[in-house]
Amino acid sequence: MFYTVKDLIEQSHDYPSIADLMITVEAENTGRSKDKIRSLMERNLEAMEHSVKQGIAGVKSVTGLTGGDAKRMDAYIDDGDFLSGKPILEAVRNAIAVNEVNAKMGLICATPTAGSAGVLAGVLMAVRDRLKMTRDEQVDFLFVAGAFGLAIANNSSIAGAEGGCQAEVGSASAMAAAALVCAKGGTADQAGYAVAITLQNMMGLICDPVAGLVEVPCVKRNALGSSQAMISADMALAGIKNVIPVDEVVEAMHRVGQQMPSIFKETAEGGLATTPTALKLKKEIFGD
Amino acid sequence: MKDLRFNSVFDIIGPVMVGPSSSHTAGAARIGKVVRSIFGEEPEKITIDLYESFAKTYRGHGTDVAIVGGLLGMEPDDERLADSLKIAYDKGIKVAFVPKSDKVDHPNTTKITMVKGDRKLTVTGVSIGGGNIQISEINGFKISLSMGTPTYITIHQDVAGMIAKVTDVFSNRDINIGTMTVTRESKGEKAIMIIEVDDRKDHEEILEKLKSLKNMDNVTFFE
Repeated sequence: MFYTVKDLIEQSHDYPSIADLMITVEAENTGRSKDKIRSLMERNLEAMEHSVKQGIAGVKSVTGLTGGDAKRMDAYIDDGDFLSGKPILEAVRNAIAVNEVNAKMGLICATPTAGSAGVLAGVLMAVRDRLKMTRDEQVDFLFVAGAFGLAIANNSSIAGAEGGCQAEVGSASAMAAAALVCAKGGTADQAGYAVAITLQNMMGLICDPVAGLVEVPCVKRNALGSSQAMISADMALAGIKNVIPVDEVVEAMHRVGQQMPSIFKETAEGGLATTPTALKLKKEIFGD
Repeated sequence: MKDLRFNSVFDIIGPVMVGPSSSHTAGAARIGKVVRSIFGEEPEKITIDLYESFAKTYRGHGTDVAIVGGLLGMEPDDERLADSLKIAYDKGIKVAFVPKSDKVDHPNTTKITMVKGDRKLTVTGVSIGGGNIQISEINGFKISLSMGTPTYITIHQDVAGMIAKVTDVFSNRDINIGTMTVTRESKGEKAIMIIEVDDRKDHEEILEKLKSLKNMDNVTFFE
C-alpha cells in the first residue's frame, strides 16, 4: 500500500503501470481476485457512460435550478465556432451532463464524491476516442485516478463538509489530471506534477451550495474542474514542474480545509449561498 | 499497515449511486441500511437526529429520504430511494427528523433511534465522504466500525454460550476476527454482535451456518 503521492510514484516503478500497482494493492487489501476488481471497475465505467449520455440528451432537476446546459453546450460544440478547443469543451459538456443527472437524483458514479462526479467521467469520455483507448485502457484510467485519489484522501479530505470544494472538485480535478497524463503516455512524475498544479490552483475554494442543494454552483464547478484537469495535464506533459512538492500541496490543502470556517463547508451559510438571490431561491424551494 | 481512512480504490471511484450527494445521500442511505441490519427487523417508529451539516442541508441533499430508504433496506443505487418517505408512510412507520445544534466530532453525523414494541435501539453513524461511513456508537457504547472491512452483524437472544458458538464458526474456517463488539438491550433480551473479519471467503456458507444457530434471530454480512 502507498500512503503519499511520492510513495505511489516510487512504488509504481516496480509495476508495468500505476493501474497495475493499484489493482495489486486492491487485491492484497480486499482478498478479491484481480479479474473481479477489474469487472467492478468496468461497472463504474458503464454508469459514467450512461450518465454522460443521459445528461447530454437533456434533464431537469426537481427544483428546476439546473438542467439543460449540457444539451446547450452540445449544440454550441456542433456549431463549430468557439474560442477554446473542442476536447476541452467536450469535457465541460460531459461534466455538466453528469452533474445535471446527479442533481435530479439520477444514477451516477461518485468520483470521489457525487458532487464532483462530473470531472473524471467528463474528461475520460472527451479523450478516449482521440487517444484511441481500448476498453481495458479506459478501465485502467479509472484505477490511475483512484490511486492518486487515495493518496490525496488519506492525507487530506475528499468531502466538501470537511475541507470545502477544494477537497471535492479540487481532488476530482487533480485525480483526473493525473489519469490524463498517464493516458497520454506521460510519466508518473508528470502525473504527480499535474496533481500539484491542479490542487494549488483550487486551494481555498469553498463549498457554498445555494439552498444546500448540489446544483449551484456545483454543476459549473465540475465543468471548470474538468477543463482545468485537461490544462494541468497538458502543462505537466509540456515538462512544467511544480516548485512545491505534490505531497506538501496536499498537506497545505488539508490545513486550509481545517482552518476554513464551517460556514464555507457545505452548510450553506456563506459565499454564494447567502446572496440575496440564493436566499430568495431557498425560500421559494423550501417555503421558510 | 497504517490505520487509513480509505483503503480501497472503490472508496474513491464509486459507489454507483442515486444523487445528489455521496456523503449526504449515499452515505446516509448506507448508514440507514447498516442500522436496519443491527436492529434486525422493520421498526414501527424511527427518530432521526441530525447534526451540523446534516442538520442544515438534509432536505436539499435528500439525506432524510436516503436514511429512511436505508432503514427500509434499500441500497444507495436503488432508484426507489426518492420515494422512501411515501413508502414508509404507506407501511405505517412513524418517522421524525430532529435537527440538533449540539457540536459533534464530525459534520455529517446522525443518531438514529428505532422502536418496535418494547425494543429500542440507538445507533450513531457518520458519513465521512465519498459514500464511506463509520458507526460510532450503539446504545451509548462508543465503538468504531468502518464498514470498509468484511463485517458480520448478528441479532440473537442474550443466553450463555452464544459468543463461543459464533466464534467457533469462524475459527473452524481459519478466519481471523479483527474486532468484535458485543452489546445487549438488557439482560436476557436481544443482544448484538458486530464482528469484523480479515477474510471474506466462504461468507455465504458462514451466513447460513450462523443463521442456523439456536437462539439466533438474524445475521447480515457487509462486504
